[in-house]
Amino acid sequence: MTGAPPVSASVSDAVRLDYVLRLGDTSLILAQRLGEWVGHAPALEEDLGLGNLALDFLGQARLLLSLAGRIEGRDRSEDDLAFLRDGGEFRNFTLVEQPNGDFGQTIVRQFFIDAYQVALFGALSASRDADLAAIAAKALKEAQYHHRFSSHWLLRLGDGTEESHRRTQAAVDWLMRFTPELFEADDIDRQTCAAGISPDLAALSAAWHQDVARILKEATLSMPKAERGAPVGKRGDHSEYLGYVLAEMQFMQRAYPGASW
Amino acid sequence: MSATQWPLYEVFIRSKGGLDHKHVGSVHATDANMAIEHARDVYTRRMEGVSIWVVPSASIVASDPQEAGSLFEPARDKVYRHPTFYEIPEEVKNL
Repeated sequence: MTGAPPVSASVSDAVRLDYVLRLGDTSLILAQRLGEWVGHAPALEEDLGLGNLALDFLGQARLLLSLAGRIEGRDRSEDDLAFLRDGGEFRNFTLVEQPNGDFGQTIVRQFFIDAYQVALFGALSASRDADLAAIAAKALKEAQYHHRFSSHWLLRLGDGTEESHRRTQAAVDWLMRFTPELFEADDIDRQTCAAGISPDLAALSAAWHQDVARILKEATLSMPKAERGAPVGKRGDHSEYLGYVLAEMQFMQRAYPGASW
Repeated sequence: MSATQWPLYEVFIRSKGGLDHKHVGSVHATDANMAIEHARDVYTRRMEGVSIWVVPSASIVASDPQEAGSLFEPARDKVYRHPTFYEIPEEVKNL
């Protein structure tokens, strides 16, 4: 992969599985959060817009969790992984399980993830893992549209009325603390990067910070310093909110196992 | 326009290359970018299009339905304006 260190090792299935779950769970939980807006968005057009976003992320989650199931080799389907795992087994970023809040908070969360995914999928489409490369190439086009959608909204809200500016800045200040997790490389990140599977997080971080700083500035919003200390979801350490998300998402399959229509 | 409603845009979609943009409906939006995004989200979810035009509804000048009589009825008895009075040679197919 361009910019990545030379391929030095292949990784175990367990490491590859963990990496794919991080991506898949992040898309899945964000899809569930965005779905909460359906029927509640400020305008019919935004209702459909957020619903479309949710479906894009759900599509990513399906591909990634199906791949995870194949890597794991225990005959678990995408549905088994989505609906029958408990909170501690989820590997999504803590950022995406944060509540929708007001529309501004949803947009800020969305923009942080979109900026991340555009950089991630761009790099990942050159991954040595052919399955991940194919999924990333497809998802990149979605992410680019999401980025357009959320950055335009950020400009309108940040550079809008006094109230929209105040609320959006508050969301930026609150949510920034969940972003260091995206770029802090741990063992899984280092091993998959060394094997040419995942991109170098330092490069990703530089691209993300440049992109976010540029849009925030244009939106007349200030970039706060990210505080440390938020739970690290990609290692299974979540905020209190994930449990509530899962309770709603998994209820049907837990109460009526195997139900389908 | 009321203070609580965003301005209205008319949406035109080209279903595939070479065809005309066709009017499909309208969306509310605060600016042209948002109108394109809304049109995309509302009207192209099932691969209906390859190109979108949006036009502020206020920019469209429409004929007055009250004047439909004077505008359109005079054409009614002028069938000779249809090119249907020509002899077509046998050899010409597919006309």
